[in-house]
Amino acid sequence: MSIELVGLALLMAAVTYPSRAVPLLLPGFDRLPRLVDEYLRLIGPGVLAALAAVNVLVVVEADGTTRLEAGIELVAVLACIGVVAWRRSLLPGLVLAVALVAAARWLGVG
Amino acid sequence: MTERATPGSDADPPTAAPDEMAAAARRRLWMDGLGIGLSAAAFGIVYGLAARQAGFSLVEGTAMSILVFAGAAQFAAIGLVAQGVPWLGIVLLTALLNARHLLYSAALAPWFAKRSRLERAASAHVLTDEAFALALPAFRTLGRHDRVTYALAAAIPAVPWMVATSVGLIGGSLLPDPTALGIDVVFPAAMAGLAVALLTDRRSVIAAVAGALVGVAVALASQPSVGILVGGLAGPAIALALPGPWVSDPAPPDPSTGMPE
Repeated sequence: MSIELVGLALLMAAVTYPSRAVPLLLPGFDRLPRLVDEYLRLIGPGVLAALAAVNVLVVVEADGTTRLEAGIELVAVLACIGVVAWRRSLLPGLVLAVALVAAARWLGVG
Repeated sequence: MTERATPGSDADPPTAAPDEMAAAARRRLWMDGLGIGLSAAAFGIVYGLAARQAGFSLVEGTAMSILVFAGAAQFAAIGLVAQGVPWLGIVLLTALLNARHLLYSAALAPWFAKRSRLERAASAHVLTDEAFALALPAFRTLGRHDRVTYALAAAIPAVPWMVATSVGLIGGSLLPDPTALGIDVVFPAAMAGLAVALLTDRRSVIAAVAGALVGVAVALASQPSVGILVGGLAGPAIALALPGPWVSDPAPPDPSTGMPE
């Protein structure tokens, strides 16, 4: 069983822990500069949207070149976005996305 | 956080015996936390399935849940690993994604002021959006820190998340053909859904849209891993460059997604 990625988990933990611990352990810690504060707040939507978009829209060919592709996965992700925006809950959106893709592939159109 | 937590300043003076107050606060916390715990379990399974799809072993996926314990960053990491992003890039994005915990930690710090350094250090590891959202109201109700209450607030998302991660990883290895079942769409759908849950104002919408557009454009011109890094870092910068008021105090965490973030 591979354990190589445990090293990555340790590194991720090493950069996560300080943000959780520093204000608790260092009295007097107040706030980051406002610009940094705001940038960090926006990192979440920025990174997650980039991850989703690249994952669902960009295909890497066998020769290493990339191309744009819009398939059933894009439809499923857009449906998930709609459900999350409507219900403010991720789980129903995920269930719908998986069901759409599974159904499309079962019908031979995905 | 919209307000600084100041122990005692915004809580009604306790009128019942301290033990009764603590018991009532814990009962309330259980009630509030029930849905969060169930949701964390469901997402733990989804995370485990997605990690399995990305090639994580049981030990690797479970270790990440225990050591990092930050759902959005973990989901992002498995996608980045699958796309071949170098570890340095993954660690950088993890640091940025999880930096918001500074705000929670700073808001809780006054309540932990009289606790030992060891207890504060241990409490920090399990500080998530959900633990913060559950613990702070309980402390305010009590008018003081309560060790058992914080342990409950931390355990309610942590235990289901960590156990369910292993269940998902084991279940994922037993599925004959996850792609036929549509499991491969879980990752991009979860990323998109989590991004939507973080959209609180115009600027955050711009950060998400710009991140997606820049990410895809750069990925097409180079590699997907480069596109994700550039898009994720450029989207917020583009949003900040636009004129308009900033939201200086982020909205309280919304634990409705049910994932330890």
